[in-house]
Amino acid sequence: MVAELTKNERQAALIILLALAVTGLAMAAGGRGDPLGVHGALVLVAAIGGIFAVIGGYYAPEPPADRLDSYYDSPTKFGIIAAMVWAVIGMAVGDWVAWLLAYPEWTFDAAWASFGRLRPVHTSGVIFGFGGNALIATSFYVMQRTSRARLPDQLTPWFVLLGYNLFCVVAATGYLMGVTQSKEYAEPEWYADIWLVIVWVTYFVLYLRTLNRRKEPHIYVSNWYYMAFVLVVAMLHIVNNLAVPVSWGEAKSYSLFSGVQDAMTQWWYGHNAVAFFLTSGFLGMMYYYMPKRAGRPIYSYRMSIISFWGITFFYMWVGSHHLHYTALPQWVQSLGMTFSVMLLVPSWVSAGNALMTLNGAWHKVRDDAVLRFMMVAAVFYGLSTFEGSFMAIRPVNALSHYTDWTIGHVHAGVLGWVAMITFGAIYASVPWLWKRDGMYSAKLVEAHFWLALAGTIIYVFAMWNSGIIQGLMWRTYNESGTLAYSFVDSLVAMHPYYIARAVGGAFFLLGAIIGFYNIWMTIRTAAQAQAQASPDYSVVGVDIPAVQPGE
Amino acid sequence: MTITHDLLVWLSKSFGLFYLIGLSLIVLVYTYWPANQKPFKQAARAILDDDDKPYRG
Repeated sequence: MVAELTKNERQAALIILLALAVTGLAMAAGGRGDPLGVHGALVLVAAIGGIFAVIGGYYAPEPPADRLDSYYDSPTKFGIIAAMVWAVIGMAVGDWVAWLLAYPEWTFDAAWASFGRLRPVHTSGVIFGFGGNALIATSFYVMQRTSRARLPDQLTPWFVLLGYNLFCVVAATGYLMGVTQSKEYAEPEWYADIWLVIVWVTYFVLYLRTLNRRKEPHIYVSNWYYMAFVLVVAMLHIVNNLAVPVSWGEAKSYSLFSGVQDAMTQWWYGHNAVAFFLTSGFLGMMYYYMPKRAGRPIYSYRMSIISFWGITFFYMWVGSHHLHYTALPQWVQSLGMTFSVMLLVPSWVSAGNALMTLNGAWHKVRDDAVLRFMMVAAVFYGLSTFEGSFMAIRPVNALSHYTDWTIGHVHAGVLGWVAMITFGAIYASVPWLWKRDGMYSAKLVEAHFWLALAGTIIYVFAMWNSGIIQGLMWRTYNESGTLAYSFVDSLVAMHPYYIARAVGGAFFLLGAIIGFYNIWMTIRTAAQAQAQASPDYSVVGVDIPAVQPGE
Repeated sequence: MTITHDLLVWLSKSFGLFYLIGLSLIVLVYTYWPANQKPFKQAARAILDDDDKPYRG
């Protein structure tokens, strides 16, 4: 990694790492006796580790000038491996908390192992760790190819990726120590939030710089989706996390908002996180990798533009559907509901566009599990957006809200759509990046596909059943007009479904582990093949990508 | 100035309505503008090229 940086970039890296080390030291000193101090120490250790790495490679020869004849893919390689590591961690913790819901006594009487602390490790691990790394990695890949321009420098992409992963580690370790803002998908405290702003703005500027160097007159639509993801997530993150820390030495902060304004800001953030983190960016991924893998251009480029603007206009207004029947004014609820229903149009245009692209290539879908991952993703995208619009209708929400139906809906989206398209994109890019003819084992890709699909279906059906039973039990009255069932009655009725859900999750996790092994073996055999082909390989190449996963 | 419920409702029913209709029209005109069809087609096909190198000229 360091050998690929120019001398100036190595110096800049050292300055950044020194600044980070000083910040970590200040946090550690100022936050003694507080979780902030622990995070300060963690930042300090990470920075010192980085300094050693840069110094270790400082006197390596400068990268050759002909590097500019190829795309800069080392950050993408790192990002893909990081995404798979986070996938395994995030999904394992997810399955763990699923078993905790079925058997709540399995917390070992330890605070860190309680459901409330482990659940955000799962959600952040899969959304930000797995999804975020996959998005950043593939966006680097796509932005370069569609612009026919190499990344403008070697340091910035590493700053973005490593800085982002530092944020993820600070977030996850914080939850285990009980550090949280109690805002869903925005749990990390103020100092982690500030760091993410720095990283994220750098990411956005890097994107613009690369596009500015483009040799294609038209900016391919994937880039629009990726840029909407980067830009809107920055906006959401900054506004929703406006807070005042108790002191510079404490992790705890208080939000600028309170009461119903706080709830509305949070769900404006929360649903747009679904829209722009979990949808827009992954649509960008789909619009590049699916046509590429199928060997056919996107069915209708015009439809992709119209659905882009439809999604961008409409999603912004739908957050209030999370707050039906609350203190939020009725008209704001109606606004959110109406926009949610309208949102079905651009969502189905995208899903339809994807499936029509495959029309005429169904034999490839049958034979190629990688393309099948992408096809199933498009189907689940269509299903879960329909379900989402439907659930946002107020009377439907009266039945579904606060029940497991919501959990089922979310997982139809994230397992069926987000994870499937990501696995498809990763399986497609790994052989391209590491210059192989294919994955190490096509059979294992098949196994992963069927495990993932089976896991998703088991999960979603379990939650649909339990959610609707919950909703019905909570609204069943007896002759005297009081509730027929206590909350505990509904909880007992959920037990079998909770076990089924945990089993479905285990299938999905197992698939991800197999996928990780397959990717790992593909990389390893690639390294061996390359080493045999060029005996002076170790002198020339300093094979960073293949070494990274072991670090 | 306090932002009242009535003011917000008025805003969303007047400005908000026309702003969204206006944006939709701009997007539709852009998408179907005849001169844009060629670059769109070209962009859709260009990603399938397997020349995996940045352009240097």
